[in-house]
Amino acid sequence: MEHVNIFIKAIFIENMIFAYFLGMCSYLAISKTVKSAVGLGLAVIFVLLISVPVCYLLEKYVLKAGALEWVSPDFATIDLSFLSFIMFIATIASIVQLVEMIVEKYAPALYTSLGIFLPLIAVNCSILGGALFMQEREYATLGEATVFGFGSGVGWFLAIVALSAIREKLRYSNIPAPLRGLGITFILTGLMAIAFMSFMGITL
Amino acid sequence: MNTETIATPAKPKKPKEDLFSPKNRRLLYDPLNDTNPITVQVLGICSALAVTVKMKPSIVMALAVIVVCAFSNVIISSIRNIIPNRIRIIVQLIIVATMVILVDQFLKAFVFDVSKQLSVFVGLIITNCIIMGRLEAFAMANKPWPSFLDGIGNGFGYGLILVIVSMIRELFGSGELMGYRIIPDSIYKMGYFNNSLVIMPPMALIIVGILIWIQRNRNRKLIESN
Repeated sequence: MEHVNIFIKAIFIENMIFAYFLGMCSYLAISKTVKSAVGLGLAVIFVLLISVPVCYLLEKYVLKAGALEWVSPDFATIDLSFLSFIMFIATIASIVQLVEMIVEKYAPALYTSLGIFLPLIAVNCSILGGALFMQEREYATLGEATVFGFGSGVGWFLAIVALSAIREKLRYSNIPAPLRGLGITFILTGLMAIAFMSFMGITL
Repeated sequence: MNTETIATPAKPKKPKEDLFSPKNRRLLYDPLNDTNPITVQVLGICSALAVTVKMKPSIVMALAVIVVCAFSNVIISSIRNIIPNRIRIIVQLIIVATMVILVDQFLKAFVFDVSKQLSVFVGLIITNCIIMGRLEAFAMANKPWPSFLDGIGNGFGYGLILVIVSMIRELFGSGELMGYRIIPDSIYKMGYFNNSLVIMPPMALIIVGILIWIQRNRNRKLIESN
């Protein structure tokens, strides 16, 4: 049950985009068509699903104060938590590099349409944000951390697909010329975020 | 074919380019308007939304980004020829992370209260896409000096938007600028209220949207097709 709660919470109440505004840049730039939005969304789910549990293991067995005790009892006093940024980002970067190679090999069309934003998943704040939230909230088991990572990814996926669907429809509407493209997207996201604020305060 | 050879006479050895040649100056000015990182390149939005509630943290944030962006650009650009392409992201991130840790420690030592207000967002400079984006798009293909200027220019372009947004949000959200009261008490007595919606993050998005609208209205060549 706990796992379901974490999952639902990560998707709706603590949605990466609408509650924390993490991962905005690629969210705004790649949401022109539903097709590429789905591709990027799936890539983000995949990276979060792998990187959050890996960071959890790192945190538990390497970084946390006293975490190195399993190596030898002498290390019980070592606290490496100041290294967490650099360790997490290195983990994430290598996973992203892996995803980049896979996409380039098996879906070249998607690879060209994602362009610079594929390597930029590494600096998609939602990924590092996911790892840092995992650290901050101190999930008890590997399972919970994995579910949290997956849920955040799904939340991000939903948000970008919803926005791209709206933007595809917007193409047929008469928007003031200077507001077209990025401007209206910002305002749309703001309105969607206000709508999502209604989930706040629900406790699961 | 003939005309082509005439048009490009045998190049003499390339003269050493002036440090502030027009091309280099463009690198510095363009990001303020034509290629603004936030409103045109769509980079670095997350932090722009999160730190702009008050002016002071956003100015500190802007300075931190300028420093990190300029110096990581220089470092990456000077070692760009020896980075293997396959692992470039990791190399870039490690350098950026090192720069950010330096800045973080500096802020903690000299402006502790602001550093506490910024909390995780200093760490998140690592994932600020402006820095990675410029490394990928510019520093990997250019010499150190232009990369340095590009870093400074983009940092300032980012800072400009940050300062404008935070000015609007602080003025209407809490009636203050830089912590000093601007809207006098007499107006509050007449029934004026601070607009607490402006402090909410969604409003930051809408303010940036409106800024984009204004900018593109003045600078017509930026208008997008759909």
